[in-house]
Amino acid sequence: MRTRRWLPYALLIPGILWLAIFFIAPMFNLGATSLYDPNGSLDTGYRMTFHVANYGDALSQYYPQFLRSFSYAGIATISALIIAYPLAYAIAFKSGRWKNFLLVLVIAPFFTSFLVRTLAWTAILGDNSTFVHFLHTIHLLGPQGRILATPVAVITGLTYNFLPFMTLPLYASLEKIDPRLIEASSDLYASAFTGFRKVTVPLSLPGVVAGTLLTFIPASGDYINATLLGQGARTSMIGNVIDSAFLVRLAYPLAAALSFMLMAAIVGIVIFYIRRAGTEELV
Amino acid sequence: MAQAESVGGDLQLVHLTKMFATFTAVDDLNLVIPKGSFFALLGPSGCGKTTTLRMVAGLEEPTSGQIMIGEKDISFERPYRRPVNTVFQSYALFPHLDIFENVAFGLRRRKVKEVKSQVEAILSLVELDGFARRMPAQLSGGQQQRVALARALINKPEVLLLDEPLGALDLKLRRQMQIELKRIQVEVGITFVHVTHDQEEAMTMADTIAVMNGGKVEQMGSPTELYENPRTTFVANFLGQSNLISGKVFERSDDLGVELYGNRIRVPRSRTSSNSDSLWVGVRPEKINITLADRPIPAANVIPGVVTDASYIGVSTQYLVKTAWSEELMVFEQNLLNSGARPGDSVNLSWDPAHTFALDANQDVDAGVEVPEADS
Repeated sequence: MRTRRWLPYALLIPGILWLAIFFIAPMFNLGATSLYDPNGSLDTGYRMTFHVANYGDALSQYYPQFLRSFSYAGIATISALIIAYPLAYAIAFKSGRWKNFLLVLVIAPFFTSFLVRTLAWTAILGDNSTFVHFLHTIHLLGPQGRILATPVAVITGLTYNFLPFMTLPLYASLEKIDPRLIEASSDLYASAFTGFRKVTVPLSLPGVVAGTLLTFIPASGDYINATLLGQGARTSMIGNVIDSAFLVRLAYPLAAALSFMLMAAIVGIVIFYIRRAGTEELV
Repeated sequence: MAQAESVGGDLQLVHLTKMFATFTAVDDLNLVIPKGSFFALLGPSGCGKTTTLRMVAGLEEPTSGQIMIGEKDISFERPYRRPVNTVFQSYALFPHLDIFENVAFGLRRRKVKEVKSQVEAILSLVELDGFARRMPAQLSGGQQQRVALARALINKPEVLLLDEPLGALDLKLRRQMQIELKRIQVEVGITFVHVTHDQEEAMTMADTIAVMNGGKVEQMGSPTELYENPRTTFVANFLGQSNLISGKVFERSDDLGVELYGNRIRVPRSRTSSNSDSLWVGVRPEKINITLADRPIPAANVIPGVVTDASYIGVSTQYLVKTAWSEELMVFEQNLLNSGARPGDSVNLSWDPAHTFALDANQDVDAGVEVPEADS
């Protein structure tokens, strides 16, 4: 049979069309919007003036929200890693016939919407919740202290919401580790802990990298947790700013410039991170 | 079997037993493996040889019994505290570490100094100089095998355990590595305990072989002793091939007179492992002379028969000869002494009494025949 050289390209067409229409075109549009004259409005229309200063204005005005976003996302990512690693480890190595059941539990939250789950946390962390009463009782929280509307609440929400994205790649990479390698390490004078540190952890690094990226990236751009659990300007993240610039203030050029900067910052952070991870310096 | 007196650095297994639920994998095993010897545990899959090895390594806990190295009881010592290293069946090289770090792993855990010179020396012993910075995945199977060996040997263990170390290699490479392993063992003088189901591999390398079956040692001895004078039907069939013929003792003098379906033959007493009057009389196929019925008979034990099959396989011709009682005996004739026998010819099979052995008739005549290979 003759090789049909055009076939692979033909198979690419639907994907390329999809990307062209729903990704490249909007990106181009957004890039253009970010350079419009900021004095225009939806009613009067925008003029293209290549107003690069939009970026500088946006950054000088909103850099605290940028920094807050990345630090919240960073703390949430690390918290998720700390919770997910033992969980994924237990599922991969110790769960026996409960393995599939536990994996279903990990993804069970996806059966309800993100918004609903986050709303549920407002009840868990609310001022009259059992949890907060308990914290009052053990004096971990002062008499007037609250959890809701604090950074802790936002980070807790982010950690919770993105935990499965951390757990699944970790599980996948741990599960692939040949148990004979652990036996080999113990045969070569490594205690259980040393074997874990020198064999299990390095071999699970691909899962750590994938999990942290899958958590950090959406967490940095998230605004639902800050809206519902942060409830105020003190905890607002860059997602909240973009959201209100687009939908409340209708300041399109500003919103577009912020979106582009967020994207660039995330790409920058990710590239830096992957480079480091690739050279074992993360261990 | 030697008792637990002072035995230097010998590896001793004393009443060693391992049960998995109701299955007894290793059944009251007693072995003394002398320091510095190349010892093989040979047996079919499921005979308990790998479980024995894993107990010595500390990867399985014995149900009862003891494991001693010299005077020291290591039965329940943690694996990483034992002076024992293992070459794993699938090598189990650390895929994230290069060859140097794989080999240095044990030294680094014990905080040994001068890692570099030792690693270089051992890589040179296994002829892998210049491979230090490669990753395991970049090496061929034979090279990975040698890395696994170097990684274990560098720690200078009291005992080196080899779990089917050549199982994953092709035939030619396996032969080469057999010679190599033997050379290295002689060079380093460490006790090697080698687990295999491949009788040829065991015979090529080991000084002493213990043939295991059903969690017990069937027979232990040098390769020659096991082959020439097997004491059970299992050993007779598992190591090479044997012709086993049912016989009755009719005379006991300096040697034994045994009648095989009317044919009287002699068996030396030293080669008889039973006092019973019913015996399996055995002779190896290559020990038998085949001569046409009208020719002179060259040896004292004789059985007549008819050739049913002759296959020429280069170094020898293999005959199947049917006896009067319809048993088919196997004869390997070197292609130096051509008898000219063809299928249908009447022949005499004859062999020297010194090549005859006799086993208790209480055993399954087919034990150890055609054991399904557990090649991995």
